Amino acid sequence: MLPELGHFSLILALCLCALLGTLPLLGAARGNTQFMGLARPLVAGVFVFIGLAYALLTYSFAVDDFSVTYVQQHSNSLLPLRYKLTAVWGGHEGSFLLWTFMLAGWMLTVALFSRTMPLAFVARVLGVLGLLSVGYLMFMLATSNPFDRLVPLPAADGVDLNSALQDFGFIVHPPTLYMGYVGFSVVFAFAMAALLSGRLDAAWARWCRPWANVAWAILTIGIALGSWWAYYELGWGGWWAWDPVENPPLITWLFGTALIHSLAVTEKRGIFKSWTVMLAILAFAGSLLGTFITRSGLLTSVHAFATDPERGIFILGILVLSIGGALLLFALRAPLLRGRFSFGLLSREMLLLVNNLILVVSAASVFLGTLFPMVYQAITDDLISIGPPYFNAIFVPLMALLVLALGVGPLSRWKKTSGNFLSRQLALAALASLILGVILPLLVTGAMSVGASITAALALWIVFSGLKDARNKMANKKSIAAGLRSLPMSYYGMQLAHLGVAVLLTGAALTTLYSQEKSVLLGVGESIDLGSYEFEFQGAKPITGPNFRGMEATIAVRRDGESLRDLYPERRVYLASGTPSTEMAIDAGFWRDLFVTLGEERGDGAWSMTIYVKPFVRWVWLGTLLMCFGGLLAAADKRYRRVRESRAEAAVTEPSAARSVDGIAGVRV
Amino acid sequence: MGRAGAFLPVALFLGLAIVMWRGLYLDSKELPSMLIDKPMPSFAKVTVDELPVDNAALPNEPFLLNVWGSYCLPCLVEHPTFMRLSESGTIPIVGVNYRDQRELALNWLEDNGNPYAFSILDESGRFGIDLGVYGAPETYLVDSEGVIRYRHVSVLDETVWREVFEPAIAELRAEEAQ
Repeated sequence: MLPELGHFSLILALCLCALLGTLPLLGAARGNTQFMGLARPLVAGVFVFIGLAYALLTYSFAVDDFSVTYVQQHSNSLLPLRYKLTAVWGGHEGSFLLWTFMLAGWMLTVALFSRTMPLAFVARVLGVLGLLSVGYLMFMLATSNPFDRLVPLPAADGVDLNSALQDFGFIVHPPTLYMGYVGFSVVFAFAMAALLSGRLDAAWARWCRPWANVAWAILTIGIALGSWWAYYELGWGGWWAWDPVENPPLITWLFGTALIHSLAVTEKRGIFKSWTVMLAILAFAGSLLGTFITRSGLLTSVHAFATDPERGIFILGILVLSIGGALLLFALRAPLLRGRFSFGLLSREMLLLVNNLILVVSAASVFLGTLFPMVYQAITDDLISIGPPYFNAIFVPLMALLVLALGVGPLSRWKKTSGNFLSRQLALAALASLILGVILPLLVTGAMSVGASITAALALWIVFSGLKDARNKMANKKSIAAGLRSLPMSYYGMQLAHLGVAVLLTGAALTTLYSQEKSVLLGVGESIDLGSYEFEFQGAKPITGPNFRGMEATIAVRRDGESLRDLYPERRVYLASGTPSTEMAIDAGFWRDLFVTLGEERGDGAWSMTIYVKPFVRWVWLGTLLMCFGGLLAAADKRYRRVRESRAEAAVTEPSAARSVDGIAGVRV
Repeated sequence: MGRAGAFLPVALFLGLAIVMWRGLYLDSKELPSMLIDKPMPSFAKVTVDELPVDNAALPNEPFLLNVWGSYCLPCLVEHPTFMRLSESGTIPIVGVNYRDQRELALNWLEDNGNPYAFSILDESGRFGIDLGVYGAPETYLVDSEGVIRYRHVSVLDETVWREVFEPAIAELRAEEAQ
């Protein structure tokens, strides 16, 4: 009975979304405040019913209701409760329910925190999101209903959750990633609302910025969690594989990063209007493409666990209607988007344009590399694969260029900056980072390394130029404390996020350059040296878990004869599915990770295993954490909460389109 | 940006959508084996009963090569199908006991029945690597010359038997009768 109630809630939510996608938009176009006013209550209703459906599916998992097909396929009575509760997103149908639930959550947040915006604008934003929800809900009800029953008879027990997913990473990674993804739907809705209203001035950019920053920050952490999970669970020693399913979040993230910078220009200077709108569409397209790829079987990969062409057609339909529709609207409104380009060759605008171009080119090349094998197969019927060498060859130099521009950007001024001024400001930072960059690797490792020197120099360049900029900003304050207090939150956000880039860059490059690994066969009592560490195999013993059995080895790690700690890698076999899995043991540290993956027994109690020493690998995730906090700090800046003239704007329901043509009337510097 | 230029993104996107639509119908789910239409790798191993076997011991007619293990639950699901095929003498079945332990494999055959002419013992998984096995269960259709003709990954139940293997075997037998 309860699963049917869940199904019914989804149908009710669909009906409410259909109203939400029409009436408020109609109201905004006609100036009917009653219709516009419906948007917020309708959103509340949508949230309640999708939330109810979500809670009911979770309940079915909690009580082992194996009469529900989805539960039977993705759970098992032996599964620990924390995985039962999260197995909701262990498969296709439930993942989609989580996706729509996240969207409902974002809509509710917009409805609650949009008092500074005019009602017509809010009605349009929520209306566009309502239309998107209609697409998602119809997809779910038509092709992937999570509440379908297993007929005629319920199974005695469930198939079990894929053993690779039974991990903490699975609990946190998908929801965060989805939340970030769906956040870009909100940004997209803001852009659409601005296009629909025909008012593409600085106001929409100011309203949109905090949402874009939050979505970006959450997506950043979502991607980082996925990378961290892959690193410690899959046991191959890497943190990024350019997998076709890892790439769409990265594409979205790159577009999103370009967008949050371009929004700054649009808000402060009223230019880059069409560019900003296009980036909002592209970031959203990236997020939908991610769904399309994982859910349609378009590209086969380790993640693509649900494959079904019928679903692919449906998602492609949503893709064509939403993105095609958005691009068409964009083309029709193009005359409104023309802005005056009045800035010098050397100016903050220009540097941000460079930032945007590099990010968009990177995103486009990742996109091409991801999709090209499919396009190639569609045309020639032959299979090819594009691997990490392609991505690295393109991505690494582009990021190096981006970092160079990053150092100059914050110090430059709007409209025009003199080259003399910039070189005076940055000469010291450039010199210091160059010299230290060459010396540091030599001091630490005793050997020269071009790669390490470039890395160190680039990272220090970000740090030193950032410090110089902060000093400039505080130059005329009485004390450092007064100076620090005077800087706005968004400035701290920027500095923190840029510092995050430096940390991430260092981690990514140094772990690639200096990692060591060794595959060995060790008998009890034998040991092996790697780097400055000694690993001794002390034996293996059988273990039993709630839903698996396996073997656990004990490895003692020593450095210079001094005992550091013991590592306990495992090999498990899950009882319900019979799938083997390996649980690596990690000694995580700020400067380096040590880890061991257990292979198999080769008679006489000897085991094969692979041992890794990975310097600086934690910096990859530390950097992304800093970036995430930076984005959140920037979004928390109090100037976004000012109610400034929104009352007056609220009275204007439908400004004539002509008003903002070629206008930079909305510019606030 | 000119009036017409503004429509460029839509046009590009629609082109991409058409390619993606075509892409949906490409069959990427089938896992092609490198060994399709190639002879089975040569081997000289022992069976789970510790009798020596090599390529010469393979049947001189089309047969199924089934990769199984006592740890593998899906193998239990397809087991009744193999029992039926072996009892009715429809087609000979050779097993590959993949990454298992001999005692566990013997117990498993005792408990569930033994449909195999013999099972090649592959404790190390080396033979599986030569075959290109992803994991148990997997089933290969091999012709009388010892050439691999078809590969099926995962469970071979009655539906798969009826829809895939039965027609494929009939076709193979007709081809060999000529």
